Amino acid sequence: MRIESETVAEKPVRKLPHRRSDRYRALLRGKNRPVWEEDPNPLGLVVKGVALLLIVLTVLFPLYTVVLTSLSTQADVVRSGGLVIVPGGLSLSAYTQILSGGIVTRATIVSIGITVVGTVLSTTVSVLAAYGLSRPGSFAHRPLLFLFLITMFFGAGMIPTYLLVSNLGLIDSYWSLILPGAVSAFNVLILRAFFMGVDRSITDAARIDGAGDWRILGQIVLPMSKAVVAVVALFYGVGYWNAFFNAMLYINDNAKWPLQLVLRSYVLQGVTLPGSGVGQVDIDDGAVTGLPVKMAVMVLAIIPILVVYPMVQRHFTKGVIFGAIKG
Amino acid sequence: MSVASSTASTEDTTGAPDAGGTAAGMASTPPPPSAPGAGGVPRRKIPWTTRMRRDRSLLIMVAPAVLLLAVFAYVPMAGNVVAWQDYSPYVGIRNSPFIGWANFERVFTNPLFLDAVANTLVITAFQLVFFFPVPIVLALLLNSVLTPGLRTTIQSIVYLPHFFSWVIVVTIFQQIFGGAGVLASRMRDAGYTGFDLMTNPDTFLLLITAQSVWKDAGWGIIIFLAALATVDPQLYEASVVDGAGRWRRMWHVTLPAMRPVIILLLILRLGDSLTVGFEQLILQRGAVGVDVAEVLDTFVYYQGVVNGDWAFAAAAGLVKGLVSLALVLGANKLAHLVGEAGVYQRA
Repeated sequence: MRIESETVAEKPVRKLPHRRSDRYRALLRGKNRPVWEEDPNPLGLVVKGVALLLIVLTVLFPLYTVVLTSLSTQADVVRSGGLVIVPGGLSLSAYTQILSGGIVTRATIVSIGITVVGTVLSTTVSVLAAYGLSRPGSFAHRPLLFLFLITMFFGAGMIPTYLLVSNLGLIDSYWSLILPGAVSAFNVLILRAFFMGVDRSITDAARIDGAGDWRILGQIVLPMSKAVVAVVALFYGVGYWNAFFNAMLYINDNAKWPLQLVLRSYVLQGVTLPGSGVGQVDIDDGAVTGLPVKMAVMVLAIIPILVVYPMVQRHFTKGVIFGAIKG
Repeated sequence: MSVASSTASTEDTTGAPDAGGTAAGMASTPPPPSAPGAGGVPRRKIPWTTRMRRDRSLLIMVAPAVLLLAVFAYVPMAGNVVAWQDYSPYVGIRNSPFIGWANFERVFTNPLFLDAVANTLVITAFQLVFFFPVPIVLALLLNSVLTPGLRTTIQSIVYLPHFFSWVIVVTIFQQIFGGAGVLASRMRDAGYTGFDLMTNPDTFLLLITAQSVWKDAGWGIIIFLAALATVDPQLYEASVVDGAGRWRRMWHVTLPAMRPVIILLLILRLGDSLTVGFEQLILQRGAVGVDVAEVLDTFVYYQGVVNGDWAFAAAAGLVKGLVSLALVLGANKLAHLVGEAGVYQRA
């Protein structure tokens, strides 16, 4: 030992130019880096961090300015020449204006109604169908499944669907916004794939104990599949809430318009909102007409999504991947 | 519980009429000599009436969905007969005269239809190059974020715009890049001439692709991330031992793990070539003009619902639907040929 250390002392080791202290290395590597992975390049980390920050800002910044504008006054809008980026005086007047009756209030109620009824109906029907198709070897499950699959590959087309809805007398009826797209074969397949994954021995045990299919679905399969049912319900719900084209097709009476269609006409296309002085005509050929009000309508259309989204979001991967791979 | 295997079940349904009225008693009778599965344990053949009764609650559960599909998917499919008619809404489908292929001839000789086809294909091709790879790159980037909390947060944020409606997305773009938008007015304040991306046909492709990326690229990574999560870490470890650096590992381990999903999505996209952001485009067709924004779906809408040329529009829609079907099936066949799983498995 002694001799070795002497030899080392005689021939000093060439010091590495970039020898890093252990603490610096630990900081650079972070806690979660696997042992086999090399130290990250500091420059690379910075570039990556900046890229991610830019991506996140690209998503969040528009939302920020839309919300801020909706809370600003018309004077702020004129000052900033459009969307407000630096907060001036905050006010809720835009919201009180659109929520004190009138077309936006009504459209919001219509949208909520359609979304709630549609989501409940679609989810119920889909869960039932998925369970009904989930037992291997059950009567006629193959042809029935095929019936669902075909609709994923070949759509009937807009014109015949419109003619049907109109022949059924559903024009200007809220059912025209719910029934034609009530069942999505894709969602049924997502659910079915999940239900088929439920351990057979559990359901068989229940069956031996005398439980029928309704009971097995309600008390065993559903409680075990809450996550995927929540995801499918979210898909349906967002679909109903965001839909505007079917209303463009089927709803002629603009007193019955859902929120998205109101948004399209009065916000995107700049048609003046009738009544209650909401759409004061302004300078610049109406370019900045009541922008806070318009953005308030936008926020109104975004809020439900922002509320429901965090609750369901963590289940996404499960639901989507299952459907995509097994479907 | 089901005794019948899948092969037996298909035979049961085809051989149904013989079983007729002899109901429950049949279940306990010994199998006929020709029963399938003769080797090993003889499988009892259950008559279809018995199986129907046994599975009646399942059938009742499927019924509402089947009913809805029958009325709102299959009846309209049959309703495509108007494409062969001189259809008039006042006369109805039943009484409108059949005129053979005249509507289809009109479709294929209509310059507007051909323009719409061209626009659709151009948009599809452009987005295939400039949209499709974005989620892949994003997924790789996000996959390299190792802190779980940070990663989940970023994921939640980039998924979010997928859940906004097209009206919201287009309005946001309008307020930022439009003629009265915040960028243009800032530029005017600074003494430059303003611009309006929303009404400029030359940049329209870029605009709609940017919108699509903003809305859906984040959501697109979800399936790639899931594929990446299934990679066995030992593969990375082994490749490190073999001397592979960061980029080699990505090329030889990460990307091959993503390949099936990439091919799957590519197939789906190719199959959907004729469908490009209908809601997105119909919102902007008025502002930017028919020349660049008219695609097949908007063409069908305007010719049929707006102009009232129902049979002509139905013919155009039917052509689109059938070609799309062929594209999906063709793309899937192609996937099988190159040894990938494809959209659906061959049973």
